[in-house]
Amino acid sequence: MEFVVITMAKIAVMLGVLLTVVAYTVWLERKVCAWMQDRVGPNRVGPFGLLQPLADGLKMMLKEDVLPRHITDKALYTLGPLMAMVPALVTAGAIPWGSQLPLFGRQIQCVVANLNAAVLVVFATSSFAVYGIVLAGWASNSKYPFLGGVRSSAQMISYEVCLALSVVPVFMQIGSLSLCHMVEYQTHHTWMIFMPWQWPSFLIFIISAFAETNRTPFDLPEAEQELVAGYNTEYSSMKFSMFFLGEYAAMFVMSAMMVTLFFGGWSLPFAPFNRPATTLWIGLAHVAIFLAKILVFLFLYIWIRWTIPRVRYDQLMALGWKIFIPLTIVNIVFVGIVLALWGGR
Amino acid sequence: MADNTVNLTIDDKAVVAPKGMNLIEAAKLVGIEIPHYCYHPKLCIAGNCRMCLVDVGMPKLGADRKPEIGSDGKMVVMFGPKLVIGCNTTVADGMVVLTKSPKVVKAREGVMEFLLINHPLDCPICDQAGECRLQEFSVDYGKAESRFVEEKVHKPKKTALNAKITLDDERCILCSRCIRFMRDVAGQDCLGFIQRGSHSTLTCYLGNEPKTNYDLNIVDICPVGALTSNDFRFQQRVWFLKQTKSICPNCATGCNTVIWSREDVVYRQTPRDNNDVNQCWMCDYGRINYKFINDPHRLTTPSVKSATLGQRVNLTWPEAIRQVVDKLRAAKRDSLAVIGSARATTEELYLLKKFSPSFAAYIPRVGTGDNFLLNTDRNPNAAGAMLTGFSSDYSVIADGIADGKIKTLIVLGEDAIVPELLAKLELLIVLDILPGKTTEAAHYILPGVTFAEKSGTFINAKNRIQRLNPAIPPLVGTKPEHLILSALLAELGGKRYATIQEVFADMTRDVPALAGLNLSKIGDSGVEVKS
Amino acid sequence: MLVQRPKLTFWERLYLPQVLQGLWQTLSHIPRKKFTRQYPEEKPPLYGKYRGAPELVRDPDGRVKCVACQLCEFVCPPKAIRVVPGFRKEGASDASVEKEPSDFIINMNRCIFCGFCEEVCPEEAIFLLRDFSVSGYSREEMQFHKDKLLELGGVREDKIQKWKNK
Ligand code: SF4
Ligand code: SF4
Ligand code: SF4
Ligand code: SF4
Ligand code: FES
Repeated sequence: MEFVVITMAKIAVMLGVLLTVVAYTVWLERKVCAWMQDRVGPNRVGPFGLLQPLADGLKMMLKEDVLPRHITDKALYTLGPLMAMVPALVTAGAIPWGSQLPLFGRQIQCVVANLNAAVLVVFATSSFAVYGIVLAGWASNSKYPFLGGVRSSAQMISYEVCLALSVVPVFMQIGSLSLCHMVEYQTHHTWMIFMPWQWPSFLIFIISAFAETNRTPFDLPEAEQELVAGYNTEYSSMKFSMFFLGEYAAMFVMSAMMVTLFFGGWSLPFAPFNRPATTLWIGLAHVAIFLAKILVFLFLYIWIRWTIPRVRYDQLMALGWKIFIPLTIVNIVFVGIVLALWGGR
Repeated sequence: MADNTVNLTIDDKAVVAPKGMNLIEAAKLVGIEIPHYCYHPKLCIAGNCRMCLVDVGMPKLGADRKPEIGSDGKMVVMFGPKLVIGCNTTVADGMVVLTKSPKVVKAREGVMEFLLINHPLDCPICDQAGECRLQEFSVDYGKAESRFVEEKVHKPKKTALNAKITLDDERCILCSRCIRFMRDVAGQDCLGFIQRGSHSTLTCYLGNEPKTNYDLNIVDICPVGALTSNDFRFQQRVWFLKQTKSICPNCATGCNTVIWSREDVVYRQTPRDNNDVNQCWMCDYGRINYKFINDPHRLTTPSVKSATLGQRVNLTWPEAIRQVVDKLRAAKRDSLAVIGSARATTEELYLLKKFSPSFAAYIPRVGTGDNFLLNTDRNPNAAGAMLTGFSSDYSVIADGIADGKIKTLIVLGEDAIVPELLAKLELLIVLDILPGKTTEAAHYILPGVTFAEKSGTFINAKNRIQRLNPAIPPLVGTKPEHLILSALLAELGGKRYATIQEVFADMTRDVPALAGLNLSKIGDSGVEVKS
Repeated sequence: MLVQRPKLTFWERLYLPQVLQGLWQTLSHIPRKKFTRQYPEEKPPLYGKYRGAPELVRDPDGRVKCVACQLCEFVCPPKAIRVVPGFRKEGASDASVEKEPSDFIINMNRCIFCGFCEEVCPEEAIFLLRDFSVSGYSREEMQFHKDKLLELGGVREDKIQKWKNK
């Protein structure tokens, strides 16, 4: 009973934090892109436009929900945006947001579900998002969404492979699939990113993550010049904003994965931040550190989006299948040899 | 070559023209326009505007009385020392006419400059702008800048020639067309010029302003905006108006007309050339009598007189047709009468007659006529009504209602039976455009359209069948009568006609006088039917 | 035409230096001066013969210059103008003009500020003045009638007063 209550509370808090962060990522994106283009960005709603996400949300909710007449399968049409958003939210539950919070005399783990195969769960769940996009493309019953959906499924399935294979070396070193163990390992040793033999893994992972979240330079499913708005062309109002939320939540989760796998999760390499928290304040500081690291990656996402033009579709596929997949396999062998020769566990 | 034609050359084009024709008309035969102001084909020749000057020559004859051939192998032509006016020069065999030679162009430029010296810059407020010959020819032969620096001569402006016409003397170019028309055609010698030189002014003799029924024709023939119709004054610019060929519905002459409309509004009617009917004139009575088209009181929705509510209830068209058909089914066929209107088209009357084989009449309409255009019979289609089986004696129907033989009556656009009799009817269906005593008594009102909104035919007093064309769309809520009638007939088990052509085709089968005709054969100027 | 593909060096083919260069470029823009104009508070300067909304003007004596010739209505590409012609008041100081618009409607939703009406007007009665932000809450409100157009247009200094001596 107590477990249920605590878990429920954790879920609620996590969702709250997640959605807030997502909302402000949108704000950040608009601000950063404006700055990069010598503009000021949103500045009308609240100080520095800080209430812009609220205004946007309100607007989205008040907008007319247009249901185009040519849509025959309303169930699938509605399922599309749900499927695009929910997996991203679910995966966030397997990620350790901090160490623990001493609260009401209990040590509360800062993770909703401490699974021993968390990595697999994250990958498995997040790949559900592709269904959302495919469903949306199919159920929209018109050509641009359809093409967007087809592109997107091909792209996500391809990069799913790279994504999973690229982190195998990390597990080989740690010997566990639990994300909590991963952070623990890094607090004891050093961050993965400081081990040069893991660099290729990191590089491939981050690029694949961009592709997996459909962000520039890999945002082909919604390439405006060719596909209008891609799979979400026929969507409006809240349904559209679910796609929107899904995209940013996926960005968040991918950033969280990068932080957890390579950048020591909630830890910093000095005391008292390199061991599980003993007081509430340090516990909260851990969460803050975790979020701060994520923020850096979110900024990276935004920065890249407003810098690099979109690649061509054939380039995207060639990169995935002809370069990354062979490279990851070579990388696994290479790291295996490194580990066998110098230390390992 | 027949004896009554001559061969001549106009601007290198060979022309065969009847003897006695003038050069303006002969040039027209081969599509060459000789600009002119005072000449009008239906008026005597005055030759005072000098716009129609052309170069005319005859072949030089050698000693053998044969045309001499020059060194370039062409006939040698002897041109006259001076230009001659095209309007008053008749064609001659062998004549060579140049209408665009530098000399001619120079002469026209000179004429235009003189005409424009004292002409006011009134175009922005002048109703003639857009159909003004002065504007047209000054585009061709005028100068952009005036060399005239003196003060222009001022003459009376905005004067009332009579109640129908406004005269602006500054705009008058003294062509005298109006004078000749009033004197020779309308038969009232009332206009003339006073003063001399640039002070010449058109005016009417004191106390003798134009008061015939044809005055407004001088507005049409005035080449400039000196004479404007008060009815059309400042109503709309002519370049916005759509022109639709039509027939005047106000008497049995059936003058050919043009309806000038913009969007849903008719702005004016003008006569259209037809030498078999009205030449190029029409009477003022017919010309002005079109206001009912845009009357704000027009009936715009089908309605039923509800017995329970004691008032009129509006119906939708399908509902109205359904109810009327139900009532007609219940009515006894031999107690049903129809009253047609000889202002309705032949097609409508033909369809209407199908409702009642026994009682069908139209209402005669008589007025004073004259010996020119206006006919004593003020119905445009009495001949058509007769041909489709309507009698002019509607007292039979009145009597029938009075003694109870007739219980159902369909009235198409007439208001002739007294209300006391109408009250005795069990079912009264009225197709009309404006409210009246009959529509008041009607159980069902089905709003129809005016002559400007429909197609159809009229047969005039001389048995000429002529065509109406829709100038404006039917007023919202109304329907052309032939569609209403054919919808009713179709529901009662008859044929459904989608177009006026189908109705006409059936009518030619049933009315022997019309056999072999169709709407395109009637064309714009009509054909005579056997009677 | 044959376009020779440039031969790329290894670093160019790697694409990464360009990416980094681009990233630096965008990053370096973040602290720079911003060019945004804070519109409703900060109005843009209007230069020279700026063409805003078309409006009707009066002459120095306060006469409505438009004589309802309807040429602007004819020339207007999106058919934004509708002139209802009418008569000048009998006995008024401008009675010699005879004609004036009894209403003059410009549908500002349709007007494309092209200036054709100004160009065609034989009376120099309509001008594209400096109002660039015409807005309203309904379509009805965007139909500018004669009174409003005259009020916006004001008086135009003009030496030639053609109708004065008619
Ligand atoms: S008569 Fe012709 S030229 Fe003269 S003001 Fe009228 S439109 Fe212009
Ligand atoms: S008023 Fe018209 S028709 Fe009569 S003389 Fe003058 S220009 Fe000719
Ligand atoms: S500016 Fe152009 S679009 Fe606007 S009213 Fe004038 S002519 Fe019409
Ligand atoms: S504004 Fe000028 S062009 Fe338009 S109707 Fe008035 S006078 Fe004619
Ligand atoms: S038309 Fe010949 S002189 Fe006028």
